[in-house]
Amino acid sequence: MKYQVVIGLEVHTQLTTNTKIFCGCSTRFGAEPNSQTCPVCLGFPGALPVLNKQVVENAILAGLATNCSITQRNVFARKNYFYPDLPKGYQISQFDLPICQHGHLDIEVDGETKRIGITRIHMEEDAGKLVHADIPGVDDSCVDLNRACTPLLEIVSEPDMRSPDEAIAYLKKLHQIVMYLGICDGNLEEGSFRCDANVSLMPVGSTVFGTRAELKNINSFKFIKQAIEYEIERQAEILDDGGKVIQETRLFDPNTGTTRSMRGKEEAHDYRYFPDPDLVPVLIPDQWIEDVRATLPELPEAKRARYVAELGLPEYDAEVLVSSRELAAYYEETVALFPQAKTVSNWVMGEVSRALNEDNNRSITDCAVTPALLADLLKLMEKGTISGKIAKTVFDEMYKTGKAPEKIVEEKGLVQVSDTGAIEAMVDEVLKNNPAQVEQYRGGKETVFGFFVGQVMRASKGKANPAVVNELLLKKLNG
Amino acid sequence: MEIFDLTIHELHEKLKAKEVSSVEATRAMLERIEAVDGQVNAYITVTPEQALVEAEAADKRIAAGDIAPLTGIPVGLKDIFITKGIRTTCGSRILENFVPPYDGTAVAKLKEQGAVIVGKLNQDEFAMGSSNESSYFGPVKNPWNLECTPGGSSGGSAAAIAARTATATLGTDTGGSIRQPASHCSCVGLKPTYGRVSRYGVIAYASSLDQVGPLTRDVTDAALLLGAVAGYDPKDSTSVNTPVPDYVAGLATGVKGLKIGLPKQYFIEGLDPDVKRAMDEAIALYKSLGAELREVSLPHTEYAVATYYLIATAEASSNLARYDGVRFGHRAEDVRGLKEMFAKTRAEGFGSEVKRRIMLGTYALSSGYYDAYYVKAQKVRTLIMQDFLNAFNEVDVLLTPIAPTPPFKIGEKLADPLQMYLSDIFTIPVNLAGTCGISIPAGFSAGGLPIGLQLIGKPFGEATVLSTAYAFERETQWHLKKAPL
Ligand SMILES: [Zn+2]
Repeated sequence: MKYQVVIGLEVHTQLTTNTKIFCGCSTRFGAEPNSQTCPVCLGFPGALPVLNKQVVENAILAGLATNCSITQRNVFARKNYFYPDLPKGYQISQFDLPICQHGHLDIEVDGETKRIGITRIHMEEDAGKLVHADIPGVDDSCVDLNRACTPLLEIVSEPDMRSPDEAIAYLKKLHQIVMYLGICDGNLEEGSFRCDANVSLMPVGSTVFGTRAELKNINSFKFIKQAIEYEIERQAEILDDGGKVIQETRLFDPNTGTTRSMRGKEEAHDYRYFPDPDLVPVLIPDQWIEDVRATLPELPEAKRARYVAELGLPEYDAEVLVSSRELAAYYEETVALFPQAKTVSNWVMGEVSRALNEDNNRSITDCAVTPALLADLLKLMEKGTISGKIAKTVFDEMYKTGKAPEKIVEEKGLVQVSDTGAIEAMVDEVLKNNPAQVEQYRGGKETVFGFFVGQVMRASKGKANPAVVNELLLKKLNG
Repeated sequence: MEIFDLTIHELHEKLKAKEVSSVEATRAMLERIEAVDGQVNAYITVTPEQALVEAEAADKRIAAGDIAPLTGIPVGLKDIFITKGIRTTCGSRILENFVPPYDGTAVAKLKEQGAVIVGKLNQDEFAMGSSNESSYFGPVKNPWNLECTPGGSSGGSAAAIAARTATATLGTDTGGSIRQPASHCSCVGLKPTYGRVSRYGVIAYASSLDQVGPLTRDVTDAALLLGAVAGYDPKDSTSVNTPVPDYVAGLATGVKGLKIGLPKQYFIEGLDPDVKRAMDEAIALYKSLGAELREVSLPHTEYAVATYYLIATAEASSNLARYDGVRFGHRAEDVRGLKEMFAKTRAEGFGSEVKRRIMLGTYALSSGYYDAYYVKAQKVRTLIMQDFLNAFNEVDVLLTPIAPTPPFKIGEKLADPLQMYLSDIFTIPVNLAGTCGISIPAGFSAGGLPIGLQLIGKPFGEATVLSTAYAFERETQWHLKKAPL
């Protein structure tokens, strides 16, 4: 039978606030275990949570960026369950009144735009983590509570996605947005952006969703796609055999590309949610929402449209340039200094990206060639001081040393030669040394022309102005 | 008069006049504890070395002319208050050896004033109980009659006042746990408005009901001690940011023209005749002082106990989840796997009353029952709150009994938890409404057991409640009677 897959995603984004959601401890990643803790995040008797206002503002930002309505009376709830890395025996989260609701994101797959609903975004605290002791003969586990009480936004989509590609497009879009908002570092490997996927199958044409499996905590876009693809196959096989998919949580194993059951339905939790009596409701007046709205940056979609409409960039270039907030900022700064949108785009997408990629995927914000330096380089090229080819050499040097392009050109004697006399001498020399090719050309084999250009450029060590070279060659050969 | 008999304000005068030093006062108190606490069992932990160090520091401060109302005063704390470096058990085996790494806000405020902490007081386990029989450290005996309970859950805090083993104490009141033992031990116990005193560093029983308050020998001391611990605390988001009045300065306002309400649902058939007589005498006294007494109605009173036991146990079931043996406190041995560790630790660590309430609360919150129990209880709670607000549109203060009977015998109600739960019937509504109430000595039964009187005030009406209580105290001698110990 043919099946239609139905996918809904739950994304946990860890916020980049300096302190935790309910205490003043640092949220820095990678510190000595339990060094960033206090009675509150350790869940000690008598300690009480106090809400970090910045978390609320980040949540409002996320809601506004995803077209949600903002809930003005927010209640925190306790989600009760026992786990050794959950210090209080409950997690403080939001339940029936999440801060953001009824939003959506538009994604594009195969040139078609599709709207994915966002059910809710809510604020919650993270748990700690278990560290399994690496000591021979010891099978104890240790608890590190540095991460306990760090702020998370859980972003829950509607089950609107109908293919793994749509799921990935949605996730990437969401990832891009939280990065643009500056509220999440987007690091999948460190768990700052983690995704659970709910996957079910129904016969094509049906409107009734099948039983879903929940795929937990997958830490790369590639693995999410693999996990969903595997799950589609697995469920289809069960259904084809006349079996029933059971509702369960499954873990993805990146080594085998398969998913396996984590716990069955019989252990389904009753979390006994109820409003946390230690936290008063958070009231968000209109003015607060408007103040946060005023800090909303231009989002990728709007930016891309503007690049196409105002700068005349091709869709493809615009898409690539807005892929990260930092790259777009770099591009815009350069264009401000050197207003040739497409030339700058070529360079940013070309040389700049290549150099960064080759340099261990270094971030654009660490690029030694600043927008000002790149603009200077492009100006030298525009003036004809250097050729495009030399410019690439100069760029590499700038990337390595951070030096100004003028300085490199001067130090290395890379100024383009446009002096007709000097070039003419080189042209004559080349023609004299290659009589056979001259004969071929004159005999009608015009493709040899490129050979002569190459020879002259080589003789000039690349410095000859190609336009002058072309002109003189044509004159001499045809003359 | 012995040093340990003095009130805060009396001892303060002597300290100020250098007639006595804090070290002397502290020694006297420690000796008194040594002498009589074996009979009363009010203390779980006595801290003599630390107390004497604090007393010396207080004496230095006094010598330098820097004396606050509590400087150098020996106080005891219910063992529900987190104290840095001092074992804090909450009356439970699960915290038997727990030494906290921090001080809570109320304790820090006392220390700032230079109060001397002489020890940690016995209580019902996790503040669950009305008789102090559920402590892992054994029952507290009522100093007025060692066969009787002192009331609960701040029974140790009340008994220490009556036994004169602390000048003043702090307790907590979730459903009457300060007022009811104060009544049973003939001392003054004040439950402030919810949010008036920070709960930071107070081990939670039911977070939306718990409130810290003083237990003292007289009303002036209650005003002093409340003033010392009240106020907004950024560490407790439920604490309220409203100024703390000078409670002592307002005491002598008098009750002329004051409208005192008598809720008809509190003066019912079956009230113990001794209690009834004490109430009648109090009403007559207030009338003679120029107060205007009138009957009011709190129509939802009959649902208060049921509502309380749903909300309090629901919150407690969650608040007590952190005692799992992972990070602190008791951990069961010889277990296989995590689940068994959790289960056995809690089975061994908690007593039967705590287990009963955790189960009740877990049930009330479980899916399928949540709406019928917890949500319904919250709705009734709103109605009870509204009852009080309506009453306070008509009157300034309410006068009621504290408990239906004088103190009962140890063991008498243990077999019947429901009977025990009903002993808080007159105090619980105040916690549900979140407002304030005081218990003051108002007489004795034919058998010589104390009877208390409750005055209930508007939210943040502690000053009125205190001045109303003070007017009564000034005309009576009940608070001066000493337990035969
Ligand atoms: Zn912390």
